[in-house]
Amino acid sequence: MSAVLQYAVQGLAAGSFYALAALGLAVIFGVLGVVNFAHGAFYMLGAVATAVLLDTLDLPLWWSLLVVPVLMFGFGVVVERLLVQWLLRLDPLYNLLLTFGLTLVLVELVKQRYGVSGLPYRLPGGLRGRVDLAGVVLPRYQLFVLLFSVAVCVLVWLVMTRTRIGMIVRAATEKPELARALGINVGRWVTPVFGFGVALAGLAGVLAAPFRAITAEMGNNFAIILFAVVVIGGLGSIVGAVVAGFLVGLVEAFGQAYAPTFAQILIFVLMALVILIRPAGLFGRQEATA
Amino acid sequence: MTQSVITEAPPAGADIPVAANNPRLRWILLAAGLVAALALPWFVYPPVAMDIVALALFAIAVDILLGYTGLLSFGHAAFWGSSAYVTGLIATHYGVPFPVAVAGGAVFAMILALPIGYVSVRRSGIYFAMVTLAFAQMVYFIGYQWSDLTGGENGLQGVPRSFFGLEPVETESFYFYYAALPILLFGMWAAWRIVHSPFGRVLVSIRDNTPRARALGYDVDKYKAVAFVLSAGLTGLAGGVFAISHGFVALTELHWTTSGDVVLMTVLGGIGTLWGGVVGAFLNVTLADYLASSGFHGIDLITGSVFILVVLLFRRGVWGTVRHRWHVRRLRRASQRRR
Repeated sequence: MSAVLQYAVQGLAAGSFYALAALGLAVIFGVLGVVNFAHGAFYMLGAVATAVLLDTLDLPLWWSLLVVPVLMFGFGVVVERLLVQWLLRLDPLYNLLLTFGLTLVLVELVKQRYGVSGLPYRLPGGLRGRVDLAGVVLPRYQLFVLLFSVAVCVLVWLVMTRTRIGMIVRAATEKPELARALGINVGRWVTPVFGFGVALAGLAGVLAAPFRAITAEMGNNFAIILFAVVVIGGLGSIVGAVVAGFLVGLVEAFGQAYAPTFAQILIFVLMALVILIRPAGLFGRQEATA
Repeated sequence: MTQSVITEAPPAGADIPVAANNPRLRWILLAAGLVAALALPWFVYPPVAMDIVALALFAIAVDILLGYTGLLSFGHAAFWGSSAYVTGLIATHYGVPFPVAVAGGAVFAMILALPIGYVSVRRSGIYFAMVTLAFAQMVYFIGYQWSDLTGGENGLQGVPRSFFGLEPVETESFYFYYAALPILLFGMWAAWRIVHSPFGRVLVSIRDNTPRARALGYDVDKYKAVAFVLSAGLTGLAGGVFAISHGFVALTELHWTTSGDVVLMTVLGGIGTLWGGVVGAFLNVTLADYLASSGFHGIDLITGSVFILVVLLFRRGVWGTVRHRWHVRRLRRASQRRR
């Protein structure tokens, strides 16, 4: 029982990286119609930035949790203004290809600058060790990651449902033409939303820094699993992205515990099943065309 | 939203083939292509020449889906790589002449494409790309984990090159090129037949207007799945020849970057133009070869930048641009004649 709970927390902690990043992917897709292939690279940049900030400025994790997403927001704005915006009116496949090219460039640049071996990262003292919860011993950091990312997801959800900005973003996601017709300047929100989505990927990277090997390649497989996550959750759906993120984390953790050879494969089997049974994803709506 | 300063991409079906109404030009092009293919190993290091032709068929196979069916597969490394492994395994364990091994690899790729295609075609557009990518990653992990069979990260070493005991073909890559070329040319001919057949016209109609194709009574999903399997088979032919030519199979052949590279070749050459795959593969391989020989590390930096630039500024691709110019010139001439 205790082992099961430990795997569950481990899975939910890993799932919170997927949930946060998938949330960013879903928001970007909702408002811009762009599937951001570079999301894994942005996650990697978040982790690398965290390690570099600790190494050069001795910036602790607490500050990185704040500073790195802000930096990534700025980077996302630059990427959107410089590259992504020119293709927004075309078939979304072009932006998928563009961000694929961007991924290759970013990964290679990090590889050239910081090498292929991982960057070191040590946990702040307060998050090391384990806690004993009614007989179940859990790593303290995994619990922290879980609680923190759930808090962020709830916060984003509150912003989306309770504020005017959230209402505009949701309107722009669901019915862009109608939102425009009602006098909402949808275009004004495109750049900040892209930056926001990139910041979420960066935040997932910060959280992953003490938990995963920090290498230039760390985002590659992550991005592909993210795609599986949003396909499972339903690409347009924000709730779906978060739920599927945690679900995939659980599948991965239990898979690694009980069938390590098939852990990675299970996720894609899950995706295939969802497509067969509910093509639009667990929380998605049917595609408008075809 | 700011107005795009870049010209809009051509509507997918608007381009008319250079040789559409000009059979003589088509034959001249085909003859020139054949001469170029035969002369290539005289000018380029023969293994590199083999890479060019194999990747050209790979790009053409991807273009059957991307350019003629409107489906961007981001997972064709699964078929390329799995055929390479199966070809290598057959050649290693049974010692059959290499064309037999390649055929086995291609058949395996088509069998693998059946379930993947069946599931993937249920989603279209951007979803199709993501789903095929995810499945290819699954195949990658299988290849990685099943190291007893595939050699895992070390790859499949020492794939023999057996050809009816003909010494020159088996040992010299120059002669091997001519032994393997007919397989790849057959693949290209098959691709040409597919896109110009009534079946191919249905694919184009699905690309241009899926609801209408469905309303006309075509089973759209079935057509897409068949196109997917055929494309995988041609990809398998190319991957098998590639494996034999190199004498080993690396895990990279299954990696997602391989899927991305071939899409780059297709887009660089020009989507929806079979010749574009040839041009794209030629440019890509010669550039990579040049960079590698000049000691430059980080080819992905160049590949990625080219990707970004082509998608931003040059969406017609090389062959697509040539074809477009030609078409514009013909229209202009025709209108002058009328005056």
